[in-house]
Amino acid sequence: MDMPSPDTRILSRKSRIVERLAAALPKAAVIHDDAEVRAYECDALTAYRCPPLAVVLPSSTQEVAIALQICHAEGVPVVPRGSGTSLAGGALPTADSVILGVSRMNRVLETDYDNRFIRVQTGRTNLSVTGAVEQDDFFYAPDPSSQLACAIAGNIAMNSGGAHCLKYGVTTNNLLGVTMVTMAGEILEIGGAHMDAGGYDLLGVICGSEGQLGVVTEATLRILPKPEGARPVLMGFDANEVAGACVSDIIKAGVLPVAIEFMDRPCIEATEAFAKAGYPMCEALLIVEVEGSPAEIDEQLALIKQIAQTHNPVALREAQSEDEAKRIWLGRKSAFGAMGQINDYMCLDGTIPVSSLPYVLRRIGEMSKEYGLGVANVFHAGDGNMHPLILFDANKPGDLELCEAFGADILKLCVEVGGCLTGEHGVGIEKRDLMSVQFAPEDLEAQMRVKDVFDPDWLLNPAKVFPLATSQSRRQRDFAA
Amino acid sequence: MLSPATEAELSEIVAGATGPLRVMGGGTRAIGQAVLGEAVSVAGLRGVALYEPGALTIVARAGTPLAEIEAVLAAEGQRLPFEPMDHRVLLGTTGAPTIGGVVAANVSGPRRIQAGAARDSLIGLRFVDGRGTVIKNGGRVMKNVTGYDLVKLMAGSWGTLGILSEVAFKVLPAPAAAACLVITGLSDARAVAAMAAALGSPFEVNGAAHLPDAGQTLLRIEGFATSVAYRAEQLAKLLAPYGVVKVITDAAQVAALWRDLRDVKAFAGRVGDVWRVSIKPSDAPAMAARIGGEVMFDLGGGLIWALVPVGTDLRAQLGDFKGHATLIRADAATRARIATFQPEAPALAAIAAALRAQFDPRGILNPGLMTS
Ligand SMILES: Cc1cc2nc3c(=O)[nH]c(=O)nc-3n(C[C@H](O)[C@H](O)[C@H](O)COP(=O)(O)OP(=O)(O)OC[C@H]3O[C@@H](n4cnc5c(N)ncnc54)[C@H](O)[C@@H]3O)c2cc1C
Repeated sequence: MDMPSPDTRILSRKSRIVERLAAALPKAAVIHDDAEVRAYECDALTAYRCPPLAVVLPSSTQEVAIALQICHAEGVPVVPRGSGTSLAGGALPTADSVILGVSRMNRVLETDYDNRFIRVQTGRTNLSVTGAVEQDDFFYAPDPSSQLACAIAGNIAMNSGGAHCLKYGVTTNNLLGVTMVTMAGEILEIGGAHMDAGGYDLLGVICGSEGQLGVVTEATLRILPKPEGARPVLMGFDANEVAGACVSDIIKAGVLPVAIEFMDRPCIEATEAFAKAGYPMCEALLIVEVEGSPAEIDEQLALIKQIAQTHNPVALREAQSEDEAKRIWLGRKSAFGAMGQINDYMCLDGTIPVSSLPYVLRRIGEMSKEYGLGVANVFHAGDGNMHPLILFDANKPGDLELCEAFGADILKLCVEVGGCLTGEHGVGIEKRDLMSVQFAPEDLEAQMRVKDVFDPDWLLNPAKVFPLATSQSRRQRDFAA
Repeated sequence: MLSPATEAELSEIVAGATGPLRVMGGGTRAIGQAVLGEAVSVAGLRGVALYEPGALTIVARAGTPLAEIEAVLAAEGQRLPFEPMDHRVLLGTTGAPTIGGVVAANVSGPRRIQAGAARDSLIGLRFVDGRGTVIKNGGRVMKNVTGYDLVKLMAGSWGTLGILSEVAFKVLPAPAAAACLVITGLSDARAVAAMAAALGSPFEVNGAAHLPDAGQTLLRIEGFATSVAYRAEQLAKLLAPYGVVKVITDAAQVAALWRDLRDVKAFAGRVGDVWRVSIKPSDAPAMAARIGGEVMFDLGGGLIWALVPVGTDLRAQLGDFKGHATLIRADAATRARIATFQPEAPALAAIAAALRAQFDPRGILNPGLMTS
């Protein structure tokens, strides 16, 4: 993955830029020491690293505005950052950029149960949003597996999802309003506690814009009353096709589980060795979870089990206790960790129409042989969001490149069957140059025109999302400092 | 009237246009100022292109009648989650609403409070911009963060950024049973509190309305039969402090009741202008008092429908408030005088204008519809 070479005119002005920032902001907010900025050289796509010019960690929206005004005036690219857990390289700096991190802005500003919302500063972690309301039996629904670490800032930028989005939707469906600072330093208030912001749906286009339209500093989020209870059922099948057909039948029967998770044999074997969750050894495993009162759960699970029976499951196990429910989830939740124990891996995130599941899994299996790299599949089956994990050896020369080529082929396959490159992780740098597989030039042009409106000089997170060649003329517009 | 039969023809028409175009679907949602310009109807772009019940997704051309979509879904026991309002009832319009019109106006109904608006179920679309270029965004899968979400931007843009040619939705199973809880005689403040209590419970209320004039506060639940019975019982217990709770379980009766609420039938054919005021639910009682006319609360109070004397500038009367007021029904003279949509803060209005300039540089798509 290439990144544009840094602008030497900016590098040569580093001390002046840092001085201006330091003069306008509290001392502790500006980091420019070579050793210290190194902590911000990458996100969770760790194969790519580059220390930034400087790091700014503001404590208020006002300070964010000041920092952006200075960077704007100096023509310095800015890379917004939440917790740095992006798997797509969304928060990867360039040497000529300033990292603007919101991690110190993590306060709850307002909690309102009557109107069911919470307003937070966006540096707050996803899990601690729920943490602020769970004692009163409310929760914030989008639950990325990284929720302990990732920030609402990154969730909004990536429109993150989670295991429960089949029922509750993703970030964009749970976002009511934002405070956002434009690259020019202007503070915008969009939406709020009332439903349906007026005018064009700017909130909708900001969510998922990967830090390219503005820096989001505060967010109004929808909170929901906790369900009375939840219970998973585990089922094993002797073929991926059969598990796929079972998912489709469950959905067609009118049940809407909160989660339908899928794991294939390589993934079951790895997690079993690692987490010992007691999974059956089979070709495909489903975890289906439903919510409600005990009686409501019984009714839904009875129907689901009845459907599963028609597909001759090799295992069918309903959690009889809280403990058993935890064990069923244990394997799924430790899947990534388990794979990490045995190998380096790259986690993909394409989405496919659920009906193409068997075909896509078969093709991935064939490609795995061609490339000579193993793949384990674990994903959100209800919505077709796949997470193939390609195993490789980072120490073996050429393996990363081979893995990336394999990954690109899988994503192209997802697009070919009517799906997309990324279901929840975002494009970042990782899928940037594949965008033209999914989109025609005019589709990308329309998207870039939106960026032209919010950030005419293309200073915010400029080398992401769009193929470098496609965005080049916009990024290289000469900027008079 | 221009009636393209294909997206390609639509694209040629726009590219070759020499003056303003008035974009039409079914023509049932004549909201806002009359647009001067040559009419372009997308009614010829018709038909369900793809429907996969097992994947909960449907794709249809923009001119497909909404009724056709609903029938196709119903045959598989599914439905659109957001319960789009039928504006014919309130506006007295005729014709067949199209799915493209639903998207262009982001039309939703009472279930919006739980299932989201039209934009929340919309997963992809194709449109022709003001240059005549065909653009696609999103797709046919329900989880998709590939590139910017222009799907949301187009929803509710009233044909001012582009003319929709195809739309794709995530759909949901239709419930087996429904029930409606009714409490009578609550003040506006007590009613909003009762609705907040219900919506803050785990019993999955998906409709919460209050009709001050009928003296009724209504809550809807839907799902499997035993589940609906259980939740109705629990809710009745929870709401006991607010008064006697009557439970309607006849499916047809519940459906008819909420259809009339959705369509604001109570104001149909009555003299007066109709406004739609979107606010924070707990602000509703005070807002209703400031409005003064006859009102209906939906979305737990988050939406007030108001019937006011002809020619009332409700926005001027309300002064500063958090939320927005839209003029839905009025005579031509009033509509020419009072902006349909709430004027935006200058910074946001500037962004909206810049977006229009990007997508429709010649300013030919429904000019003035959202701005005057
Ligand atoms: C183990 C693991 C599991 C994961 N599981 C999931 C999952 O289940 N579902 C899922 O969706 N994702 C998942 N992710 C990906 C990642 O956690 C999400 O993308 C998350 O939302 C990123 O949040 P962050 O705060 O770490 O953002 P960062 O990594 O800091 O930044 C992500 C993007 O947001 C932009 N950004 C950051 N802050 C702002 C701001 N204030 N204003 C504007 N833009 C900003 C950045 O420029 C960047 O483009 C996982 C990651 C890991 C490492």
